[in-house]
Amino acid sequence: MKVLLDQDSCVASGQCVMAAPDVFDQRDEDGIAVLLDDTPGADAADGVRQAAAICPALAIAVQD
Amino acid sequence: MSAGSVLVVGASAAGLATAEALRRKGFTGRLTLLDAEPHRPYDRPPLSKQYLAGDWDADRIRLRTSTVDDALVVGEAAVGLDAATRTVRTATRRTLTADAVVVATGLRPRTLPGRPDLAGVRVLRSLDDATALRAELAAARRVVVVGDGVLAAEIAATARRSGAEVTMAGPQPAPLADQLGPLAAGLLADLHTARGVRLRLGTAVAEVVADRGRATGVRLADGETLPADLVVVAIGALPATDWLAGSGLRIDDGVVCDERCVAAPGIYAAGDVARWYHPGLGRLVRLENRTNATEQGIAVAGAILGADRPYAPVPYMWTDQYDARIQVHGRPAADAEVTVTDGAVADGRFVAVYRHAGRPSAVLGWNMPRQARLRRADVAAAYAGESRPEGAR
Repeated sequence: MKVLLDQDSCVASGQCVMAAPDVFDQRDEDGIAVLLDDTPGADAADGVRQAAAICPALAIAVQD
Repeated sequence: MSAGSVLVVGASAAGLATAEALRRKGFTGRLTLLDAEPHRPYDRPPLSKQYLAGDWDADRIRLRTSTVDDALVVGEAAVGLDAATRTVRTATRRTLTADAVVVATGLRPRTLPGRPDLAGVRVLRSLDDATALRAELAAARRVVVVGDGVLAAEIAATARRSGAEVTMAGPQPAPLADQLGPLAAGLLADLHTARGVRLRLGTAVAEVVADRGRATGVRLADGETLPADLVVVAIGALPATDWLAGSGLRIDDGVVCDERCVAAPGIYAAGDVARWYHPGLGRLVRLENRTNATEQGIAVAGAILGADRPYAPVPYMWTDQYDARIQVHGRPAADAEVTVTDGAVADGRFVAVYRHAGRPSAVLGWNMPRQARLRRADVAAAYAGESRPEGAR
């Protein structure tokens, strides 16, 4: 699984961090999401798909 | 229950999330995603911001539909539902029946009484609304935004960027006062004033005044008239349930649902239109925000596929106005006790916790998204139902 994050679209909601805390974090200064791991393992897959689905800015894409 | 066929009425964020989640969770039955608007699904939050400002075009706000393209039917309004047989009638006189029907028709904007057809008066809900408003904003010299909520404040902020003279008029003492309480609302008032928006708040708007079919301003309840060549009415919205008259569903400020978002056997509701029993709060709630639309759509998809899980989210909303990014986890009450826990108001970056009867009920972040999210855990208990499963947000 490959995760793509568009920081220009991110609205810093942090929903992705709640869905997949091992894959996403937020910058301290402005809350914009950052990728901790752009090729997470199978155990993180459900959380990452959930993050991509709930991101209110459509900033996360997943490639299998 | 596990359904063989699903009809989702409304292809905005909630309906689309339902359909996508059904497919993602392995649903292989017949799926139809119906929408009244002629457009493919698009996202609404940018309509009052990037799209209205002209920074983003319509392509940029398209929602992803690749997994449900085959199910999508646009430009065909649902005009009636028979809940007992789960049959939907459409404006083209088709009847569609499914094992599960999801109502996700969202909202329609409130308008001021009388004269809805005046030129120079706009509302903002749909892409077409935003496109029309964007064109008129570009030419407007004096804009009055009627309303004092999130949408009104965002429109005022965007309109100000186009160089027009902008006045915001509404009954509250400050923008979002009921929603956020005096501290944050006062800061928002200062922010709008500093950016040149004139606030004429604390007085209701009585009517739009017009000359020869075109708006020339608004008259306030105290008698003053604010001249305008463009009036934007953003005084809230109503659940789009007109088409459900006679359906057999209980309609009361939205489609009334149980804690699993079930309105009647085989009938579900999601998003702005759904008023469901929140087990953590112990009452019916209806949330008009973007993240709820998606989360509730995903929850409804789970329910259709047989998950037995109440829907008990911590509400979340955000608004961007000028350079302020405001995020709220939970539901603040205007009379809550507010404590700044991180940062400082004077620095323009802070987190505030709202307490009711000593118990944290909401967290507001002002240009401090990460820190606000970390404080969210403090309020989550206020929304957790006893029957809420582990790991559900």
